[in-house]
Amino acid sequence: MTFTKPEQYRRDPKLVAELQAVINKIAQSEPLKNREVPVTIMEVCGTHTMSIYRYGLKDILPQNVRLISGPGCPVCVTTQSKLEQAIEIASLPDVIFCTFGDMLRVPSARGSLQDAMSEGAHVKMVHSPLEALDIAIANQDKQVVFFAIGFETTIPTTATTIELAREKGVENFSILCAHKTMPQAMRALLSSAVHVDALLCPGHVSAVTGASLFDFVAEELHKPAVVAGFEPADIMSAIAMLLNQIAKGESKLEIAYRRSVHWEGNAYALAVTDRVFEAADADWRGLGMIPDSGLDLRSAYKDMDAAQSFKIYDTHRSEDSACRCGEVLRGEITPDACPLMGDICSPLSPVGACMVSSEGSCAAYYKYGRK
Amino acid sequence: MTIKDNDKILLAHGSGGRLYHQLVEDVFLPHFQNPMLADLGDSAICPFVGDKLAMTTDSFVVQPLFFPGGNIGELAVCGTVNDLAMSGARPLYLSVGMIIEAGFAVSDLLRIVSAMAEKAAQAGVMIVTGDTKVVGAGQCDGIYINTAGVGVVEPDRDLSKRKMQVGDMIIVSGTLADHGIAVMAARENLALDPPIKSDAAPLNTLAEALLLAAPGIKVMRDPTRGGVATTLNEWAQGSDLGILLNEEAIPVAPEVASACELLGLDPLYVANEGKLLAVVPKEESEAALKALLAHPLGKNAAIIGSMTGEHSGKVYLSTPYGGLRMVDMLTGEQLPRIC
Amino acid sequence: MCLAIAGIISEINGDTAKINYGSITKEANLRLFPDLQVGDYVLVHAGFVIQQVSADEGEEIMELDKEIGLHDLY
Repeated sequence: MTFTKPEQYRRDPKLVAELQAVINKIAQSEPLKNREVPVTIMEVCGTHTMSIYRYGLKDILPQNVRLISGPGCPVCVTTQSKLEQAIEIASLPDVIFCTFGDMLRVPSARGSLQDAMSEGAHVKMVHSPLEALDIAIANQDKQVVFFAIGFETTIPTTATTIELAREKGVENFSILCAHKTMPQAMRALLSSAVHVDALLCPGHVSAVTGASLFDFVAEELHKPAVVAGFEPADIMSAIAMLLNQIAKGESKLEIAYRRSVHWEGNAYALAVTDRVFEAADADWRGLGMIPDSGLDLRSAYKDMDAAQSFKIYDTHRSEDSACRCGEVLRGEITPDACPLMGDICSPLSPVGACMVSSEGSCAAYYKYGRK
Repeated sequence: MTIKDNDKILLAHGSGGRLYHQLVEDVFLPHFQNPMLADLGDSAICPFVGDKLAMTTDSFVVQPLFFPGGNIGELAVCGTVNDLAMSGARPLYLSVGMIIEAGFAVSDLLRIVSAMAEKAAQAGVMIVTGDTKVVGAGQCDGIYINTAGVGVVEPDRDLSKRKMQVGDMIIVSGTLADHGIAVMAARENLALDPPIKSDAAPLNTLAEALLLAAPGIKVMRDPTRGGVATTLNEWAQGSDLGILLNEEAIPVAPEVASACELLGLDPLYVANEGKLLAVVPKEESEAALKALLAHPLGKNAAIIGSMTGEHSGKVYLSTPYGGLRMVDMLTGEQLPRIC
Repeated sequence: MCLAIAGIISEINGDTAKINYGSITKEANLRLFPDLQVGDYVLVHAGFVIQQVSADEGEEIMELDKEIGLHDLY
């Protein structure tokens, strides 16, 4: 059976051009026209960063509208000490360490997971935690560990896999939990972010949790927020909605991504997450410790916690204190103002999250912005 | 006593004695039939007409050995034939060196060898000499193959990226990323339905057709590892010129586009084994395109961009939305992403 | 941060479904979104269906157009 994907229309260049005209019109009207500084919209989702970059959307926005990237990449905000913990577990004999492809090349003081592979660690790339569970079932003589990375979109998939492992009586499967949740980190970042005018909210996190997760942006932080999808027209219409709000002095939470996002989320996903995990403090690379921004397995499932099983713990070692990712992420400084830029911090030897992601603000500046 | 389909390769098959000769007689000679090989001399004595020889070599260690649309044997022949063809040479003779793991199934070896024979025949080249070693179980991944090839260079041909100029057009001979996705799908056990097939093919006749239609061609290459993006970056780097691609013109089969989307991969960086990329003068570009489209291996050929005087040393792409993005050089292989 | 792709359910077998993404079919797990039918349009992430997608694009566009003022341009 073949069909034209219904969201193809959200890729239509004509529609995008029309939305561009709308955005220009709003940007050239009062009061936006007379602002001294450009309107700054922050997106907090790695996939938004990717889409904006991939479609070249920054090039077609007016001069007085600026897009910046927040800490939306779960890979980039994984600390070096967590990665080192992962590498130590992966390097144990009789362990098969399963991870998403995204994590394979992120560097730490011990190198990357891919480097560990060349030194004999059995690391397997997977596209789903279910694959890791299947590997455990097929390899009873090995301990299989799944590197659980990701935000609220991915968390329920790990939680379901944990329950499935229990149901099937699988005893050689465990997870190294590095999951993080968005709201506390966003609060920590944005409550002092005077330079950020509005927020483009993650579309797929919202599809799972419900858009109401981001109520606090409008209600507590008093900033306009729109939940956006990932096709070019999705992002452009969300930007138009944000500009409309700013022009009218409003700060509401709206949903642009209506085909997939509602105020209430996926109840099954939220329920399984709650059954399996509880909130915990977490370290964010470049931002430090943020309370209640991570997850731990509940005591009923603690036997599937790899750190406990192997007694290999996160050292929580502090990272380079000269790292200014926090200020970059808050839009307070631009990448070129960071003293570590270029000499000490580069894509091949990144210090903070902004450089780890190939589309992070600092990585992008390093590639395209430097003269 | 002949080698049978359900036999396994033994260490003795590599040690030059009776079993080694059995292997040559029963497996290699029947498939790679030609008088030079049949002589089984220490060297193959091969006639050619010309002044300059092009020579190349490549080793093949792909995993898995068998994937939709082909196997390591196909790649071993096409890879070397194509390297010669892309330099403007007429490929003539190949050597084949194999390192086989003890315990390897003869039936698998036969599949590989007959694929090699088929591609060699398609390319019109002869496999004239070879060598086989067998290593202990666990000492290699099934089979490693090296091929070396020689060809004759036409006297007036001089293909080089130094000749590129502003205004030259960039042409690709067909859809991108077919091979890389086929192998990735097989390697990762991705059950794609329908399966995507590798495009491995010998490009020498296609290259000849192109050279005939566009004698002013500057440079060409088959964009294998790292895909079109890597080849274009290698051409642009160090030069005064930049490259601008038109995203809407880049041909990608719909199922490959879907697979790339599912895996979070960019088709520009995925390997091709049966496509060529060429830089031709603007005035010859229409003729070049026609010649490619008329050839069985050149369906879906397209002009995808041009050489510019801007952003020297870099490759950019214009999106359908009026934006620009840089197509950077990758460090290492592109990895699927989920986050 | 979440690469989720939209496709149509072409077959359901208990907890798993075959999802058609246009020119490719791949399996996904339904434990996070049971009560679906063949023909439903869904979002898939990390091997699981995470949400249903409304296929009525016309409605979405019209609503947004009104709010954004797309037609006030003309």
